[in-house]
Amino acid sequence: MLTAALRKELLLQWRSRSQMMAVFVFGAAALLLFSFAIGPNTEALRTFSAGFLWLGLLLSSTLTLAESFHAEMENRALEGLLLLPSNPHALYYGKAIANWLQLAVLGVALVPVMVVLYDAGTTQLLNLLLIIVLGTAGLSAPGTLYAAMTAQLKAKQMILPLLLFPLIVPALLASVKATSFAILGDPMGQATSWIVLLLAFDLIYWSLCGVLFRLVVEE
Amino acid sequence: MSDVAVEVEQLARRYGRRWALVDVTFRVPTATVMMVTGRNGAGKSTLFRVLATAIRPDRGRATVGGFDVVHEREDVRKQTALLAHQNYLYESLSARENLDVVADHLRIGRDGIAGVLEQVGLAARANDVISTFSAGMRKRLSFARVLLQEPKIVLLDEPYGALDPPGFDLVDEVIRALKARGATILMTTHQIERSAQLADLTLMLEDGRVVGPAAGRPLSGPLDRGRAARETAAEPAAPQESVC
Repeated sequence: MLTAALRKELLLQWRSRSQMMAVFVFGAAALLLFSFAIGPNTEALRTFSAGFLWLGLLLSSTLTLAESFHAEMENRALEGLLLLPSNPHALYYGKAIANWLQLAVLGVALVPVMVVLYDAGTTQLLNLLLIIVLGTAGLSAPGTLYAAMTAQLKAKQMILPLLLFPLIVPALLASVKATSFAILGDPMGQATSWIVLLLAFDLIYWSLCGVLFRLVVEE
Repeated sequence: MSDVAVEVEQLARRYGRRWALVDVTFRVPTATVMMVTGRNGAGKSTLFRVLATAIRPDRGRATVGGFDVVHEREDVRKQTALLAHQNYLYESLSARENLDVVADHLRIGRDGIAGVLEQVGLAARANDVISTFSAGMRKRLSFARVLLQEPKIVLLDEPYGALDPPGFDLVDEVIRALKARGATILMTTHQIERSAQLADLTLMLEDGRVVGPAAGRPLSGPLDRGRAARETAAEPAAPQESVC
């Protein structure tokens, strides 16, 4: 059932791939604007680059997540799947995994932009990739749940961030810290503890949100 | 399945402060066709959505295939298919891909999809994205979706809506085929005369209440059918609906 849900999600994402490009441009523009705020201070730019990367990714993710239920609501397709019958957990995890993949790709794509704009290169590419994968998992799981909750609202683009941002603060903080250590160096070996914290929050988000999704979509 | 496919007792459902269904009671024997008529807003679609487990009733009890629509939703869903006003289709997918999604979720394999598309007259447009489809073609694809499920109990909410005359014939054929297969069919319709030829039972709703014929009573003959049609055709009807 999960395979079927995931296959459907990836197909829908592929059909709306132009939207992915738009979200990337939005994220890159956000990174550019952050650099304007700091000015030509290369040291400060490099110091704050991890925070800017995750803020750019966070803002972009609200667009991606809010749109992820558009196709489901257009003709009440989600209700159609639930009545088949389908397992709501499979539907949730299918969409959350697809959103996770999309956000991870977006995060990886924004890294070169960050490197160019903030001179924030790193040799710990695998470590950075791991942090992006774990960090976007922390955005995707609650983001998909809240996107489902707000999908039928007219002001969903406004309500979703209001609900999502407070919830993901711990995961965001851990992602920023771990990324910062990957870019600026980690002589005391503190990155691991932040990554473990991030992983712990991911586990909490992915297990709790999967359970709650049924309550959100079933009347 | 028992002799009674659908049993509804004192069913009530409200939206906010407005009651859409009030104390609705009826029975539908297995392998029969029941026509549900009534004016717009009479509660027909709400009744079908309750029976399909899309929404819960506020009061009363309903069983579909012997299973309770509140407490045994999964079991109800396994044997029920709903053709709703919303077509449940993904706009950015093709007709075949939409049915692939259904087949994958039902875990029934994709072998039957070509045949079902042929049956509803969409074989030639199978690979077209449905955002290019007309309302009638979407309705046909929704029918294909229902047929693919091979349900024991079929809930057709306005099956003739948006269809052209050949589409009407298609609906009739499908209903006859489903009935021949032993399925129980409930359909809401404003095509009274046409549906009366197919229906074994009729039920009229008004303001959420059953107003006649007697709940679950079979149509006894042409006179009753005509009366049902007259009583229900009070609202403006499409040209082909003008009866009596």
